[in-house]
Amino acid sequence: MPVSYIPRTRELYADFNNPYRWVTNESVPWTPLTKPIAQCKVALISSGGIMYRDQARFHREDASYRRIPKSATREDLNIWHFGYPTKDAQADPNCVFPWERLKQLEREKVIGELHDPCFSFMGGIYSARKVRSELAPQIADELKRAKVDAFYLVPA
Amino acid sequence: MTSAIDITSAVKPPRAVFVNFPLGHQTGKPNHPELQKRIVLDAMHGFETIARPGTIVELPYIWDPNDRSWEARDYTKGWMPERPSKEAADREEAERRVRYWT
Repeated sequence: MPVSYIPRTRELYADFNNPYRWVTNESVPWTPLTKPIAQCKVALISSGGIMYRDQARFHREDASYRRIPKSATREDLNIWHFGYPTKDAQADPNCVFPWERLKQLEREKVIGELHDPCFSFMGGIYSARKVRSELAPQIADELKRAKVDAFYLVPA
Repeated sequence: MTSAIDITSAVKPPRAVFVNFPLGHQTGKPNHPELQKRIVLDAMHGFETIARPGTIVELPYIWDPNDRSWEARDYTKGWMPERPSKEAADREEAERRVRYWT
């Protein structure tokens, strides 16, 4: 049976003064894909807390994000996240940040192009307002300017 | 991509593919490039095949066919391994900065 994460989060955060409130949306945004994925520019974002080389690590309630060149090697990447065990992702970031797999699919012409750079932030941000009014619009602007066709979000 | 089907059902992204793996492994196991590729490929196909807004496609991969006990432990009290102290993390960050000074 798939894990029910909403009740488990309530239990984990039960000692906090404010109960954890989930975002519940009533409607679904929708933009149809107008061409085959093999002709699309695809962008990757991971909430797994990935940092490139000397980029600053993440902090609690940190709604900033990092740009990660698609040419990054495994040695260039580090991971910092308070909310999931990062051991496996440290060993192979593709567990939560599958940039090497997407580059492979680009070479095999399954996707048109992997947008450069990839993006990461640290999930578990308490303030949905910060995500909605700061983090998401900045990234959306970058994607629009770069004419990205499809945005692949990987949580951690 | 999602491993938390109840959260994704509440948030309602346009398209999602669900894999029932522990947190931290949404696109597969470490150093299993074939499994990772299949999951990412399924997600890319989702862009083309999902026609109804809010659809969550469930992928068939099983974390460990002989042991499903991770489902009882994932994201419960005591499940997070101890993290490095702030001092240790600051030291690691400072070392990274020095390494890339040119």
